[in-house]
Amino acid sequence: MTRKLEHWVLLALAGILLLAGLYLTFKMYAAGQPVLAVICLGILGFAVFVYSSGRAYAYRYLFPGLLAAIVFVLFPLIYTFAIGFTNYSSKNLLSYERARQYFLDETFTVEGERYAFTLHADGEAYRIRLENDNGDVFVTPSLALKQAAPLTVTAKRVEPSDAPLGEPAEIKTLIQNLKVLKLVKVKLPSGLEASAAGLREFAPVQKLYVANADGSFTNKQDGTVLKPNFTTGFFESAGEAVQPGFKVGVGVDNFKRIFSERSFSEPFLRIFGWTVVFAGLTVVFTFAVGVVLAVVLNWEALRFRAVYRVFLFLPYAVPGFISILVFKGLFSENSGEINLILSQLLGIKPNWFTDPFLAKVMILIVNTWLGYPYMMVLCMGLIKAIPADLYEASAIAGAGPLTNFFKITLPLIARPITPLLISAFAFNFNNFVLIALLTNGRPDFLDTTVPAGTTDLLVSYTYRIAFQDSGQNFGLAAAISTVIFVMVAILSLVNLRLTKVNAESR
Amino acid sequence: MAVVLDKSHRWRVIAAHLGLISFISLIMFPFLMILLISLRPGNFATGDLIPSQISLEHWKLALGMSYQGPDGQLVTPEFPVLLWLWNSIKIAAISGFIGLVLSTTCAYAFARMRFVFKAQLINSLLLMQMFPTVLALVAIYAIFDQIGNYVPWLGIDTHGGLILAYTGGIALHIWTIKGYFDTIPVEIEEAAKVDGATPFQAFRHVLLPMAVPILMVVFLLAFIQGIIEYPIASVLLKEQNQLTLAVGSKMFLYEQKYLWGDFAAAAILSGLPITVVFLLAQKWMISGLTAGGVKG
Repeated sequence: MTRKLEHWVLLALAGILLLAGLYLTFKMYAAGQPVLAVICLGILGFAVFVYSSGRAYAYRYLFPGLLAAIVFVLFPLIYTFAIGFTNYSSKNLLSYERARQYFLDETFTVEGERYAFTLHADGEAYRIRLENDNGDVFVTPSLALKQAAPLTVTAKRVEPSDAPLGEPAEIKTLIQNLKVLKLVKVKLPSGLEASAAGLREFAPVQKLYVANADGSFTNKQDGTVLKPNFTTGFFESAGEAVQPGFKVGVGVDNFKRIFSERSFSEPFLRIFGWTVVFAGLTVVFTFAVGVVLAVVLNWEALRFRAVYRVFLFLPYAVPGFISILVFKGLFSENSGEINLILSQLLGIKPNWFTDPFLAKVMILIVNTWLGYPYMMVLCMGLIKAIPADLYEASAIAGAGPLTNFFKITLPLIARPITPLLISAFAFNFNNFVLIALLTNGRPDFLDTTVPAGTTDLLVSYTYRIAFQDSGQNFGLAAAISTVIFVMVAILSLVNLRLTKVNAESR
Repeated sequence: MAVVLDKSHRWRVIAAHLGLISFISLIMFPFLMILLISLRPGNFATGDLIPSQISLEHWKLALGMSYQGPDGQLVTPEFPVLLWLWNSIKIAAISGFIGLVLSTTCAYAFARMRFVFKAQLINSLLLMQMFPTVLALVAIYAIFDQIGNYVPWLGIDTHGGLILAYTGGIALHIWTIKGYFDTIPVEIEEAAKVDGATPFQAFRHVLLPMAVPILMVVFLLAFIQGIIEYPIASVLLKEQNQLTLAVGSKMFLYEQKYLWGDFAAAAILSGLPITVVFLLAQKWMISGLTAGGVKG
């Protein structure tokens, strides 16, 4: 009985999900996104097939997880690649259709006639009263004014004396309702349509642009013609671009810009150099500190090793966004505790955030602090696997700890740790959080036209181009992302190869 | 130990202890400092490292209480720290749970079933996971901008959207859980199937109860990942009351408004529980994995 009930509940749930999906698809289609709607329909159809056909049984378990991974990991990758070939930016944000619609919705006020406007409460609703210069009065029926939606109402002419409207609403009420009022068009007996031209006035308005057959617009006010330019992504009149632009494909322009235009290629190469140095030095430092600590902690003659280990592991356990910000405060030049101590002991106050070299030193110090515990734990595991008789033999031969370390420990862990070092390198190559929270890329280069910082990594530089600086150039940012993707991919392939070689040699 | 000890051995042990202790005191310096700063009155440090007077003003602000300042004015909390903490916990817990459910069923199919493209699928999952999400931020932003047009509660600046974005990164979890399932003998489920159980019943009533330790571990990992994630949250969330802790904490330390003391208290308040969870998870992970090995 309960099993049957469960079955029905599941079936009902699936039905509701399917209906929700279909509704969504319909909404997309209605909003003028047929491609998206078809994709959505395809996914729904596939889901129905998977959950009804016996042959695809295994995919019933896989479908939701794989769908999530594809939509939120794989699709963004491909999409990033695609955006790299467009001029998508804050100036070219809309699709061509949306940009067209924007121009078609533009209106202008017809010169001449104006109407003084007051709003009058009518129970819970409102009525709009318009009066022109001749003293003619027009009143609309009751309006709820609850929803911001385009609305056209017909106003009737009344004699000023026989309209027992209440007191006009206060300015506060007007402002509260302004958003809705702006969308209301009042059709007057003369056939003109008037809409709000301010808090006190209604004025007849007309559409500013008329669409022509060839896709261009004619401006009704001054007669100029706007033509869409599909290479720049703007509507242009006599060579002059008019905002807003629209998204168009620009081919490999963005990639060309990165590598050939000096204002981009120069900071790009400098930042690339620092990114490699940063990732490399981080790996070297964290590994050096980690392996030494691991060797010491594996020394059996030492007591309290468990206690030491917990303390040494602590920097890894604290959430990164907190410890990075803590360091940002501690290193602060005027009020930071580190400079306080340095000035009391040595009488110096280094400019950690304004001097490019010191900023880099600070970043490396902080990242070593953050990263060595991971290396330590890795090395401890690997050192444990080294057979103890090797050390016994070397002790009999009279070797000291340094000889042991360089002749036995290091060579034996070198091989298994190499892939892990490479993935640490790849991780730090893209260590966005550290830079974003600690220096934000500053201090900036003074001699570049694009904003770029001396401590920016490639990823944080990309982020700045995409989201922070004026002009938000998503296309260029996506192109840089693609370039980094390729580098990381190569690194990952090398890593896979190395891991494979290791697995085979064992 | 069979190693022959010479005279220098004793000195080496003492040197190692001293070295470790001094290294640890260096490592602990930021933690101690932040504790002192949170107890020091005022947001700007001048003069003494060790506070001459203890003040709880920053702690009051971090806990959302207002207090009377030295000039008699009422000082109110600048940022809703507790709300941010709650946002973080909520988002991390829900996305962790959804991710766990999705990756468990996937891992079951990968571990126990035969189907076309199995090897290709599981390998491409791993490759996908290797690419850092930071690079796809533009695309992620554009995608959620679109989604928000149709489903407002999943768009930009919503918790639903962020949760959805986090559930995509489950490839590693699938691998972890699959590895654990592989250690549990197939025969137990087959016995259940012989008794008339459907594959789903065998999965739910036989395999899942045995896999609880690894499920706990994966949930904790996903939870911690959700708490500390910064890039996606910084792009998707805008409004102050919607922020997670990772994004919000940054607001304490703007150059023009450097609320150092307030940050210190907020950092300890919010960082401590996460640190404890992480240290505990570390312990559980090792015991959970070894327990699994014995059971298999």
